[in-house]
Amino acid sequence: MNSRVAGRLTKHAVLLAASAVALFPIYVMVSAAFKTPTGFLDSPFSPPFHASLHGFRTALNDQFPRWFANSVMLTSASVAATLAIASLAAWGFSRWSFRGRDALLSLLVSLMVVPPVVLLVPLYVFGADIQWTGTFRLVILIYVGLMLPFSVFMLTSFFRTIPRSLIEAATIDGASSWAVFRRIVLPLSAAPLVTLGVVNLLWVWNELLIALVFLNSDDSKKTLMVGITTFQSRYNLDVPAIMSGLTLATLPVVTLYVFGQRFFVRGLVSGALKGE
Amino acid sequence: MDAGHGGVLSAPGSVVVAPIRRPRRRVRLGRWEPLVWIAPALLVVLFVFGYSIVELVRQSLEHKGKWVGLENFRLTVTDPTFQHALEHNARLLIAVPVLVLSALLLAVLLFEGLRGWRFHRAMVFLPYVLPIPVVAVIFGQLLQLNGLLNQALRGLDLGAIAFDWLGDPGWALWAMTGVVVWKELGFGVILFLARLLSLPAETFEAARIDGARFWRLHRWVTVPQLGSVIAFYVVVEAITMVSWVFNYVYVISNGTGGPGDATQVTELYIYQTDFQYSAPDLAAAAAVILFAATLVLIGFFFRIQRRTVGATVE
Repeated sequence: MNSRVAGRLTKHAVLLAASAVALFPIYVMVSAAFKTPTGFLDSPFSPPFHASLHGFRTALNDQFPRWFANSVMLTSASVAATLAIASLAAWGFSRWSFRGRDALLSLLVSLMVVPPVVLLVPLYVFGADIQWTGTFRLVILIYVGLMLPFSVFMLTSFFRTIPRSLIEAATIDGASSWAVFRRIVLPLSAAPLVTLGVVNLLWVWNELLIALVFLNSDDSKKTLMVGITTFQSRYNLDVPAIMSGLTLATLPVVTLYVFGQRFFVRGLVSGALKGE
Repeated sequence: MDAGHGGVLSAPGSVVVAPIRRPRRRVRLGRWEPLVWIAPALLVVLFVFGYSIVELVRQSLEHKGKWVGLENFRLTVTDPTFQHALEHNARLLIAVPVLVLSALLLAVLLFEGLRGWRFHRAMVFLPYVLPIPVVAVIFGQLLQLNGLLNQALRGLDLGAIAFDWLGDPGWALWAMTGVVVWKELGFGVILFLARLLSLPAETFEAARIDGARFWRLHRWVTVPQLGSVIAFYVVVEAITMVSWVFNYVYVISNGTGGPGDATQVTELYIYQTDFQYSAPDLAAAAAVILFAATLVLIGFFFRIQRRTVGATVE
């Protein structure tokens, strides 16, 4: 009996320790964001007893709002385009069987793991040739391309679970395949579409490498993630300013996580388990 | 079946009862129809992946537009910095078993359903959704010579182990590995836990009634059930260590891979060679090598993906 109690306590202790380790850096970030530079130096770990908005003011007076807007624009445009293109393709893959379909799908799945840095060398040359470096459209195109393999794969596996009879009934009633897609398949797919949207939002919002290569030269074109790295060296003595910037950059992601935890979990797990 | 369609309409009887509806004008695409649906995705993917990979290989065999055979590869492979980069990627793989074991432990503990497990699940998963650049900047602050970690250690009279985590070439890569583990652990926990929760409860009940205690229960009942998901996680994380650590290294070392080249990795090497030293041909050669390395991992990924998907779709 005693050892059972001890076992329970150990388990609780391990879980508590894990949560603390996971949370500690985030705590440091948020608490430092509300301190003054001297207040931070005096007591880096304490909660911000005398909350100051110095850090946030510094961040917002710099280019932060601009970078934030850029990130919002890039993220929404590329995720919307990805969802549209991927659901069309997924419908094509799941509705008809044609020669080479499975091979094509497998190829698509394997593209999920190609590291983006490999593609950047030629894409940069291409962008320079047609003078698209430093433009959002090229970055959006690349983002869409990188998100498509997983998106198509996930939606295809979901569309396959839609009862065949439903689609056949509509077809017999004379509905075109567009009408079936628009009025039957899409309305049934709200949950997987939201899941996919959330996972893709997360990815684009957090993406650094491509934004760094294509949008780094002009301060007004930077995304938040590129901005953060700039910010770090610009204010390297003003930790609260840096931490305020980080907090602002993290806020949308964490908000999304808090309100859509199940979508996150479902989406991230779906790569390993089945589509939905 | 599409064929049934005409048959119903032309069935004798129906013609008499209802006037035949004029079929709506429709573009007949026949067997090409799926291609039309797939085309937009195919075009984008062909550009981003297909065009790039073909161009990459071509570029890696040329210098300033002239064919040079394998010269770029020879130069890249003999560059000590590139060798260090490869070695560092290999050393990062040590994080994989650490990740698997810790994620297993936490997933099993969460699965026990102790009070507050949902809260812990949310906390443990949180690092995984944070942007890597944000994580890297925070840890940069924590791990500096006079950063928060060392201040705490000194405060606890442990000044002797307050190393220069990021500035000492001997420690920098290990510190980096720690950051990657911190960030990636939540993914494994969620993955394993989701699988455990999807298993029939009887599996565990039976073993519990048999009197199996924590260690034996999980060693012989839980872990074997997770086989394919563990394999999936191992491959995904191996791919991460070999080819997706750029963000950590770039932000923590301020784009240098330093101190010296202590945290140089293949991705950063390609980035620097192309965009800082303007040697795209050499960068292309290094990228081909990295791509080949991932191809091997893709092979594994693929087999496991198929097995897992096959196993879960009952």
